[in-house]
Amino acid sequence: MSDDAHAPHSLFRRRLMQGLVALPAAAMLPRAAWAASPATAAVNTTGLAVTDDTVTVGILHSITGTMAISETGSVEAEKLAIAQINESGGVLGRQIKIIQEDGASDWPNFAEKAKKLLASDHCAAVFGCWTSASRKAVLPVFEQYNGMLYYPTFYEGLEQSKNVIYTGQEATQQILAGLDWVNRTKGSKSFYLLGSDYIWPRTSNKIARKHIEAHLTGCKVVGEDYFPLGHTQFNSVINKIKLTKPDVIYAIIVGGSNVAFYKQLNAAGIDLSKQTLLTISVTEDEIVGIGGKNIAGAFACMKYFESLKNPNNEKFVPAFQKMWGANTVIGDVTQAAYLGPWLWKLTAEKAGSFDIDKIVAASPGIEFKGAPEGYVRIHENHHLWSKTRVGKALVNGQYEVVYETSDLVQPNPFPKGYQ
Amino acid sequence: MLAGYSLGELGSIMAMQGFAGLILFSVFVLMALGLAVIFGQMGVINMAHGEFMILGAYVTFLTSKLFTTYLPQAFGVYFFVAVVLAFIVAGALGMLVEWALIRRLYKRPLDTLLATWGLSLILQQVYRSIFGAREVGVDQPDWMMGAMNITNSIQIPINGLIVMVLTTFIAIGVYLLIFRMGWGKQVRAVMANRAMAGAVGIDTERVDRITFGLGCGIAGIAGSAFTMIGSTSPTAGQLYIVDTFLIVVFGGAASLAGTIASAFAISQARSTLEFFLSGSMAQVIVLLAVIAILMIRPQGLFVLKVRR
Amino acid sequence: MTFLTRKDMLWFVVLALVLLIVFPLGLETFRLNLFGKYLTYGFVVLGLVLCWGDAGILSLGQGVFFGLGGYCMAMFLKLEASTPAATKIQSTPGIPDFMDWNQLTALPAFWQPFHSLAFSLVAVVAVPTLLAFGIGLAMFTRRVGGTYFAIITQAFAAILTILIIGQQGYTGGVNGMTDLRTLLGWDIRTDHAKMILYFVNAVLLLGAALLSHVVRRSKLGRILVAMRDKEDRVRFSGYNVAHFKIFVFCFAAALAGVGGAMFTLQVGFMSPSFVGIVPSIELVIYCAVGGRTSLLGVIYGTVLVCAARAAFSEAMPQLWLFAMGSLFILVVVAFPTGLAGVYRTYLDPRLDRLLPWLGRGRAPTTATVERPMHAAAME
Repeated sequence: MSDDAHAPHSLFRRRLMQGLVALPAAAMLPRAAWAASPATAAVNTTGLAVTDDTVTVGILHSITGTMAISETGSVEAEKLAIAQINESGGVLGRQIKIIQEDGASDWPNFAEKAKKLLASDHCAAVFGCWTSASRKAVLPVFEQYNGMLYYPTFYEGLEQSKNVIYTGQEATQQILAGLDWVNRTKGSKSFYLLGSDYIWPRTSNKIARKHIEAHLTGCKVVGEDYFPLGHTQFNSVINKIKLTKPDVIYAIIVGGSNVAFYKQLNAAGIDLSKQTLLTISVTEDEIVGIGGKNIAGAFACMKYFESLKNPNNEKFVPAFQKMWGANTVIGDVTQAAYLGPWLWKLTAEKAGSFDIDKIVAASPGIEFKGAPEGYVRIHENHHLWSKTRVGKALVNGQYEVVYETSDLVQPNPFPKGYQ
Repeated sequence: MLAGYSLGELGSIMAMQGFAGLILFSVFVLMALGLAVIFGQMGVINMAHGEFMILGAYVTFLTSKLFTTYLPQAFGVYFFVAVVLAFIVAGALGMLVEWALIRRLYKRPLDTLLATWGLSLILQQVYRSIFGAREVGVDQPDWMMGAMNITNSIQIPINGLIVMVLTTFIAIGVYLLIFRMGWGKQVRAVMANRAMAGAVGIDTERVDRITFGLGCGIAGIAGSAFTMIGSTSPTAGQLYIVDTFLIVVFGGAASLAGTIASAFAISQARSTLEFFLSGSMAQVIVLLAVIAILMIRPQGLFVLKVRR
Repeated sequence: MTFLTRKDMLWFVVLALVLLIVFPLGLETFRLNLFGKYLTYGFVVLGLVLCWGDAGILSLGQGVFFGLGGYCMAMFLKLEASTPAATKIQSTPGIPDFMDWNQLTALPAFWQPFHSLAFSLVAVVAVPTLLAFGIGLAMFTRRVGGTYFAIITQAFAAILTILIIGQQGYTGGVNGMTDLRTLLGWDIRTDHAKMILYFVNAVLLLGAALLSHVVRRSKLGRILVAMRDKEDRVRFSGYNVAHFKIFVFCFAAALAGVGGAMFTLQVGFMSPSFVGIVPSIELVIYCAVGGRTSLLGVIYGTVLVCAARAAFSEAMPQLWLFAMGSLFILVVVAFPTGLAGVYRTYLDPRLDRLLPWLGRGRAPTTATVERPMHAAAME
């Protein structure tokens, strides 16, 4: 093993070591730059876990089970954000303490752990959940115990809760700009919609279909297909695509199925440099598994790509890779997860309190100028104003940004005319 | 949905669809063969089958990394090395597990099911600790990617062809091993009557260990092959396990021919229905059909006549 | 015939005290609610004692029955939560939200009866029982058993999960049925309601344990054990083995259905993650840890494993799978009789010496039923 960077064993060991070392290191950072820290009684009137110098938050993601593949990045981003906040003096003069729980890819378990974090640990905020199913499972818990959840994933919308800040995009934000772009620049007229069979792809495709049929002149949907989660065989649908010859394949396939789909698409001789494929579910994280060669040429529509050029991102990416390993990639959801702790800190400081009701009241209008994606602001409906971008997948597993909306796109979780 | 297409177009789609069915068939056989060997010959259900497959996939991943680092000029053929290594590693682990765990439980076959389930949890966490929770990307040499153009409009996936060839070799190999060689005779003798086989001088423990190792080794090969068509992650084994069990159950668990017949039936039904219906719907219909048939014929398609 | 010996009585009272007094006093409300959830699995493992421990039929599909019971309850609660007033933002008010998301515009016919609580409660027991009857009839009359039966039930679990997930317009899909609020106007989400539901659950569980005990001590229970140990002899004695197997399988399914319904009430939602292979196997493991031939043992085993699991995953979220996996292997290899076996070997004799009056009045059948069951697992 002469060359560390290429030898798989030592690479993994190093990544593991870094992960293990980073946690205590983050906790032991010098508590420099104390902000004027207000009295505990003043910032916490509802019995949250706040002491004179610490405040406790929860991280609730799956680190075991099938969803661990996707949720690992979110955990890493949240830990990075919290470490950075602690380094810069904490929140209201208090260092953030983390209690991490494992959702284990099991929705009832998420509800159980959420209850523990709120009822037993009295966390001031919880950063977590990934799938819609886990969010739906914990939502009643957060509403009952009046907790605060920062939820990072792009999702289907149709939801708004005072106890949740949605730091990812809801479906219309993510979908409409991309469809308009592909129609405008590629002149695409016919679309084949694909998805994994659950609520997010189904709702997203419904919105896409309404938009294609009602707002894009002369465009039509030539096929729509759903596959069970974890499906690994796509040859039949690929033949169907070959038969219908759509201008655009619109794919919302998730998880392990993704890898199978793109590998088989490539193997079936569909060349993504000639056939336009637009996806809203493949981030840089997924490309690691898929392999850059299999997906190069595809377009993805989301709000963040690792390759984004702006001063915030140029600081964020090295910081992330310093903490979690030089080869770790950062996808859209990872970045959205990074926003959570920062938005919470800014909100708490504006509210001058950790009390949930005050956080809720102070949330609308909170701006985060240091966001790696550029600039975000919390809307009254608890979603974020954000730009939408289209990236083109490259062989090296990165996206090249080819389009970005000129303005922030308004979040609209209950879109009129798209239901 | 077939209106409005020319005959030529339809012809080539049908040809490709036929291949899609055959590829699915090969994938299913490859998945189920290891499990069927162990269950059919030993009556043991290996719940960690999926994890042995993923072990093969990770071995392939490591092999590809080693080749890129030390033998980049030979990267084109790394896959064959990886298949062999996957067989050896998964087989060795299988024999180890047999020695440490399974042999203590032959009198309680239902309990092996629970023990191997515990094993599968441990293996998943081992993979996660070593390789990280994320998927790993297994690179393939260029010749293994893309499609082979048979005519202008008929393209056959190369990775599918490789799976087909591999499956054929392994199926023939297993057939020869079990039905044509002396060792296979011993295996079958042990299965038919363990006590009597022992009495005539067959080392039943050794036969068991090698059979279990063989089944796990085949799972390793399957995992290695599936790096071409699917994902490699600590929990990817779970993606295959449901189909695998269905095939073995439907085939009538004690019979290798039954496994192959059932893989054929399910793959053809699935592949055809998927073409005409949505993927989810196709799977639902196939599963309902499987239930209906199991209700009528609970022993599965093929039953081995054994005196109990 | 005495169904309860003094010692049975003692241990039953101890369990009742633990469930009804020790847990409620010793645990904070949130933990108590968790333990309430664990106790719903208790119904399933009681069924497994009869089905697996006594009759030697291992079903890896108990999650199916648990899930069906839970879904029947959830359908009623969901309909109650989906009043036109509560769902007025939907394009079709008055139907459950997931139907609206899936473009359904009317309540499907098979949902209609679930407006009635009485019907739903009957369905909680009847639906799992009928399915078990169907499976049992097909399998046992053709003498399918042993490992093969186990994996067929497992295939059923897999198939049903895929069906539920695939038909999300009718079932809520992966998300399941969430946001259940009230039972006949009574808010089930408050701490007070959770407390009451815990007691209802505990009392029902004790009742189920008693009922199972009665079944085991009856002549039927002895036939089950006889079947497990020498099926052919029972058959040749003129009994129809299949009928007994079908009965015990249905009995276990009915209990599991009740557990599922209690689960839905206490947790506030039902999702397909309770129907599949994984939960079904976990339920069997709880049973194995407790000791598969002891009704009270499996209840303690279930609570213990679930609590250990929560503790492991809180203490070392990265590594708890190692701990659980090792526990399973250890129990199966080293302690096949589980906690109850440890008790019988080490504690019971001492207890007899210490409190000799307990030993008197022992029912004559005890020895047969609780014989170590080395042959249990085989056909």
